[in-house]
Amino acid sequence: MSDQDDIVREFLTESYDNLDQLDRDLVSLEKDTRNKDCLARIFRTIHTIKGTCGFFGFGKLEALTHVGENLLSKLRDGVLFLTPTLTTALLAMVDAVRQLLDDIEKTGQEGARDNTSLQAKLTDLLNPDGDDAPAAIVAEPEPIHEYRERKPIGETLIEAGAVKAEDVQAALSLQAAGDPRHVGEILVEQHALNPQDLVQSLKAQQDAPTSQLSESNIRVDVGLLDKLMNLVGELVLARNQILQYTATQKDTNFLSTSQRLNLITTELQEGVMKTRMQPIGNIWSRFPRVVRDLATMCGKQVRIEMEGKETELDKTIIEAIKDPLTHVVRNSVDHGIEGADLRVSRGKPAEGCLRLRAFHEGGQVNIEITDDGGGIDPARIKKKALERGLITRDQAERMSDRECVQLIFLPGFSTAEKISNISGRGVGMDVVKTNIEKIGGAIDVQSQYGKGTTLKIKIPLTLAIIPALIVTSGGDRYAIPQVNLLELVRLAGDQVKGAIERIHGAPVYRLRGRLLPLVYLNKALNVESCVKATEEGTINIVVLQADDRQFGLVVDGINDTEEIVVKPLGKQLKGIPLFAGATIMGDGKVALILDVMGVAQMGGIISEIRDRGLGDLASRSQEIRSDRQSLLIFGIGRSLRMAIPLSLVARLEELPATSIEMADQREVVQYRGQIMPLIRLGGVLGVGDDGTPKELLQVVVYSEGGRSVGLVVDRILDIVETPSEMQRQGGRNGILGSTVIQQRVTDLLDVPGIIRTQEPEFFGSKI
Amino acid sequence: MKPTRQYCTFYLDRLMFGVEVQKVQEVIRYQEMTRVPLASRVVKGLINLRGQIVTAIDLRRRLEFADRPADQMPMNVVVRTDEGPTSLLVDDIGDVLEVDENSFEPPPETLRGVARDVIRGAYKLKDRLLLTLDSDRAANLPPAD
Repeated sequence: MSDQDDIVREFLTESYDNLDQLDRDLVSLEKDTRNKDCLARIFRTIHTIKGTCGFFGFGKLEALTHVGENLLSKLRDGVLFLTPTLTTALLAMVDAVRQLLDDIEKTGQEGARDNTSLQAKLTDLLNPDGDDAPAAIVAEPEPIHEYRERKPIGETLIEAGAVKAEDVQAALSLQAAGDPRHVGEILVEQHALNPQDLVQSLKAQQDAPTSQLSESNIRVDVGLLDKLMNLVGELVLARNQILQYTATQKDTNFLSTSQRLNLITTELQEGVMKTRMQPIGNIWSRFPRVVRDLATMCGKQVRIEMEGKETELDKTIIEAIKDPLTHVVRNSVDHGIEGADLRVSRGKPAEGCLRLRAFHEGGQVNIEITDDGGGIDPARIKKKALERGLITRDQAERMSDRECVQLIFLPGFSTAEKISNISGRGVGMDVVKTNIEKIGGAIDVQSQYGKGTTLKIKIPLTLAIIPALIVTSGGDRYAIPQVNLLELVRLAGDQVKGAIERIHGAPVYRLRGRLLPLVYLNKALNVESCVKATEEGTINIVVLQADDRQFGLVVDGINDTEEIVVKPLGKQLKGIPLFAGATIMGDGKVALILDVMGVAQMGGIISEIRDRGLGDLASRSQEIRSDRQSLLIFGIGRSLRMAIPLSLVARLEELPATSIEMADQREVVQYRGQIMPLIRLGGVLGVGDDGTPKELLQVVVYSEGGRSVGLVVDRILDIVETPSEMQRQGGRNGILGSTVIQQRVTDLLDVPGIIRTQEPEFFGSKI
Repeated sequence: MKPTRQYCTFYLDRLMFGVEVQKVQEVIRYQEMTRVPLASRVVKGLINLRGQIVTAIDLRRRLEFADRPADQMPMNVVVRTDEGPTSLLVDDIGDVLEVDENSFEPPPETLRGVARDVIRGAYKLKDRLLLTLDSDRAANLPPAD
């Protein structure tokens, strides 16, 4: 029977795919009822399911799809027109079909579900309003014959060599004699035909126009991809080990071979990662249906717009954000967007708009969910939070509107006035926030009362192989995921004395005028520091971001950044909140990966969940506020001070002047396996350099689309946070304008502009 | 034919213990370990077993024996559990023994504490007792942890 099982499984996979498409098609058909292609697609899907399930003896499924098919054929023939009632009924049918398929998948049987009422409803819809004259004429359509653009199944089968022409003839004559079964069915029952051949031919019959597409794609088992991913992880580790060994070798053959191995491994890693990448559109595709159903239920009109559907994410992440995203979308429709009457009275179009936008930025994926609904009323939020005892009156009074809105992320917060089917059960935004944070993401909300709400979610691209900073503490190495990393501070010599101050015992460090709470890693881990306290040589502070708080982690030593493969910890260690996993280092030894949130909690930076929520409000990091930005300040020539937004900086590098090579009469360096062009800002801006010969070049690396360009500056001065207002618009090429930073006039560099003039090909076809 | 079973045997503080052969993935010599701060004292560290990260449980501590002398390197008995392999650290490795099912006796009532949770019983061999362990339980943390 395994043969049969295989066919059934194939049928199920195929049908699920088709049903997802069907949902989308039905919703878009409702908007554009004349879209013939769409309708034809819907019809074809239902017809295939109906046709195939007949052979497997899934009677219920067949009966249900048969009614649906009849309804659809009338729509296609223009006898009926699509109404919202009809769409709802058809969607209900799709759901019922999905349920039946689910049952079949689980038990191999159709189960005891009863769909007769739905079938009756669909049949009723066949004859609208008693005006049954046209309907009566085409009462029993036999779609397989009607659908003329397709070859009859018998013909397809004979062509495929699966069946003899005489058998088909015999079957056709049986049909002519009144046998209600399909040709294929008769053939299978008479053992003239293998069911597998039939399924294939049916598919060939349906798919003829799209077959080119399917040739370039194959289905691959996810388990296999996971295995490949693991193997590549191993390979990366082995590669790291070899590279470490290479450092001690002199044999040029060996060196060049291991160089090649290095490059190939990196490419293979990227390639395999790509196979696991899926467009976010895969989960968005359910939203039109979700929104439609919800809007109909709440009696609202909502339009959904999507941008950046093709933005890709790792499969595991896609799965992890599916539910939180759905929740947010439902929330927006249920709470955000107002009813049509209210909207009109507020001077908005009756139809609300929900906008989903996804895009890559700085190695992360941003997702924005915007609605033009009522927005969040800060006063109401405040009142609710007070009632629930989540904040004190004192806190409430000091809170700005923006801070107020963040309260929705507190556990136990739900403002839904009545508990609806959809939301307002107390499992709300806090769960969304927790789930997003679990995969290393962050969420922020901005709302204008009366105008709408925007939720911004930032998530990493992948979880399996991540860049991490390796530090040592107590003689052991630990990895810190780079997403949490803000900057490194190294204090040596004279700087050490008095650098760390104490507020009632709590150590702090003044980082650009702000107090940064410190956590000593060795104390958090309860291990002995290897650096002798008396020595007071250097202090290494790793500035980290946990939630919306920043804190400094004091470690014994900072090693390097490395791509690490994340491996889970055994169950014996799951209970320790400080570790997110483990990894194998280049020398084959195991290193633990720190969970920055856990460290912050342990260190009392964020003590409890509720506290944490309030902590956010009290010390919201300024990065996330759109009216402030971080700028990198650097010097060009003798006196010019310039700034660029830190978000545009991929890395800061010091490169030896000897590493510069020439390509196409331009200066380039080899950088991370690529050729990176250099742009000397001093030369481009016409101020020259500061006259001192340099052995080391200060390079600001800008990356986009996997390519990098290096901007050579004379001095890296500082990183500051500043309100993003321009004092004077720039006139010169490459300068956006000027502003005053730290009491000095500073020019803002137009990075893309400069690159465009110097390296026109850098942005490719995007310009 | 008498019903028999095969046990992989090892020593802890001169007592002979055994785990069913089917449960044992492999036996390897001492491996360098990465300690895990804040973990239960039963967890000795993490080892890299051909790219897989395996938790090493110190069986002496698990059974509340005295710690092994610092100069004595333990061996790894890697057992299969539902959640992947776990290494049990033992003093020394013995032979694989085939034992007669009829010589088995459950632990006496006087056996108390953690050991009772982990020791299934004893096979009465000619010159000594072979104590058999429930490897799944041995790989878990003691209930108090």
